[in-house]
Amino acid sequence: MAHSTAPGAAARTAPSSTTDDPAEPSAGGSRAAKPTKPSGVSKAEKKALKKAANGGTLRTRLKRDRTLILMTLPAVLLVLVFNYIPILGNVVAFQEYDPYVSDNGFVAIFHSPWVGFEQFSRIFEDSAFWDAVQNTFVLFSLQLLLFFPIPIVLALLINSVIRPRVRAVSQAILYLPHFFSWVLVITVFQQIFGGAGIIAQTLRQHGYEGFDLMTDPGIFKFLVTAEGVWKDAGWGIIVFLAALASVSPDLYEASAMDGAGRWRRMWHVTLPALRPVIALLLVLRVGDALTVGFEQILLQRDAVGPGAAEVLDTFVWWNGVRNQEFSYAAAAGLIKGVVSLGLVLAANKVAHLMGEQGVYKK
Amino acid sequence: MSAVTEERPKAPGPKAPGRWAAPPRPVWEEEPHKAGLAGKGIVLAIACFAVLFPLWIVVVTSLSSKQDISEAGGLVVIPKGITFIAYQELLSGGQVTRATLVSLGITLVGTVFSMTVSILAAYGLSRIGSVAHRWFLMILLATMFFGAGLIPTYLLVQSLGLTDSYLALILPSAVSVFNILVLRAFFMSISPELTDSARIDGAGDWRILWQIVIPLSRAVIAVITLFYAVGYWSAWFNASLYLSDQDMMPLQNVMIQLVQKQEPPVGMGQAIKTGQLSALAVQMAVMVLALLPVAFLSPFVQKHFKKGMLTGAVKG
Repeated sequence: MAHSTAPGAAARTAPSSTTDDPAEPSAGGSRAAKPTKPSGVSKAEKKALKKAANGGTLRTRLKRDRTLILMTLPAVLLVLVFNYIPILGNVVAFQEYDPYVSDNGFVAIFHSPWVGFEQFSRIFEDSAFWDAVQNTFVLFSLQLLLFFPIPIVLALLINSVIRPRVRAVSQAILYLPHFFSWVLVITVFQQIFGGAGIIAQTLRQHGYEGFDLMTDPGIFKFLVTAEGVWKDAGWGIIVFLAALASVSPDLYEASAMDGAGRWRRMWHVTLPALRPVIALLLVLRVGDALTVGFEQILLQRDAVGPGAAEVLDTFVWWNGVRNQEFSYAAAAGLIKGVVSLGLVLAANKVAHLMGEQGVYKK
Repeated sequence: MSAVTEERPKAPGPKAPGRWAAPPRPVWEEEPHKAGLAGKGIVLAIACFAVLFPLWIVVVTSLSSKQDISEAGGLVVIPKGITFIAYQELLSGGQVTRATLVSLGITLVGTVFSMTVSILAAYGLSRIGSVAHRWFLMILLATMFFGAGLIPTYLLVQSLGLTDSYLALILPSAVSVFNILVLRAFFMSISPELTDSARIDGAGDWRILWQIVIPLSRAVIAVITLFYAVGYWSAWFNASLYLSDQDMMPLQNVMIQLVQKQEPPVGMGQAIKTGQLSALAVQMAVMVLALLPVAFLSPFVQKHFKKGMLTGAVKG
């Protein structure tokens, strides 16, 4: 489960070009075979050509590649067990799952009664579920609006600083919070904005009334966004800095020769260079819209109360882990998973229409 | 001829530019405005201050005596003296010592395991056209689009009998497909001439991986190792889900108890009430213990971040 906010999205930029190469071997094979192939080539010949391009029969190829397969197997097995078997486990969403039917939780699935879509219709009538949906969307929009532009501005700023020492030191400082755990980030925020935090403490010492922003449901959404910014806005710089570093200095010189000032160079050279990265990150973020920071919000759910702090992920956690209503929670989780899959695919479609690469190629 | 020009003695400039000096401004660029420079400096300073100030308070309070803390009325901003009493108490055995050791152990074992599995898989998938290469890659990639969800995973880990075992904190999150893809992209960027000539000389895949690919990939391996280690060190949710024995809890979970829920560490309540120990200093010291390893490690790996994050991604 990727329960991260924007950094997860940023992190996912990397495989963008690797995702498409399962298609490469066949494409490469046919390309290699084409020049030698006259117009009316027989099927058998085609097969032989393909075989030669791949390196012989399956048996010889197996012998050649057995070490590679052996090396890949541990990771594939771990993923099959811990990512794929649970996907099958989602059938409990269509049951009235009873964990006490059998000693083994997974065996109990086979003995639990089927109820069809009953869990889903219960969920759709549950006002707590719709509150969670609403909170999720509010948080997502706020994060997009307030979080997303900050790394871009910071990257432009750092990029325009030319002293290497200033750059290196400020980057080191700004990256640091990304490596802190959510537990640490939230306890740090408590020390600043909490009831016993430094601001409330100073106010009280000067005769004013203190406050506790950490337990205020009204501003919880801003608090969550601020925590995200503190932790990950600095880390988000990296992707943009790399894109900026790849802009040829000739472009800047040429536009300066043509009379473009500092701001026009930024508008006509720098920002177009960032456009593909911004588009990709936006697509990834929208595809991940229903995940708004599970661990972060769960840690503060008790302090703020579920009214403001219940999002889809914590809704699943509360009903499943706390109330042991496994089928109900699994159904809610399944809704989230399916909608998320749709969002990812739709976001990529939009990226392709815009002429950007997205996560995978067409 | 070029040798001649190179050997010409350098003109004695007013000062030799040091390693950290700013490179000269290109001729076409305007002289920077004083106000612009100052503005940039101020914004950057504010950003760095926002990161460092909270950490400063935490560290200083953890090093303050009970008297200083009560004089300051809570958190200490300006240190008056330094005492390590909170750390001495926390690390002389007991709940927090145990939790720190547990976290270190899980991080060490988990990172070694994750790195082994990931490097092997990344190399195993790095030769396009090998048998089952596409299938394996598809299996891994699909997990980035659809997550199974919390409840079925929870039921699976329970029915595998992993509850109340540290395996539950390592195995379910051992493989990050993203990390494998980054490693793989880096391995694939290694020039094939190197590996091919080794193969002709009779080296097998194990040997090529160990003696050629890994030594050439130190930078990206350092970054991915840091990612995995930070992941294990920061994790708390799986422990809260699968462990019931309070004595087995890692540091992050103990920190939730001590700092968020404001409970004194087991066996230290008395010392806090009557002795020289401040409850606040103890809480802050636990936070420092949690942030120290990452704050130390990440700057060393910093120069490689870009490589680790972007191999094969943003072109250029």
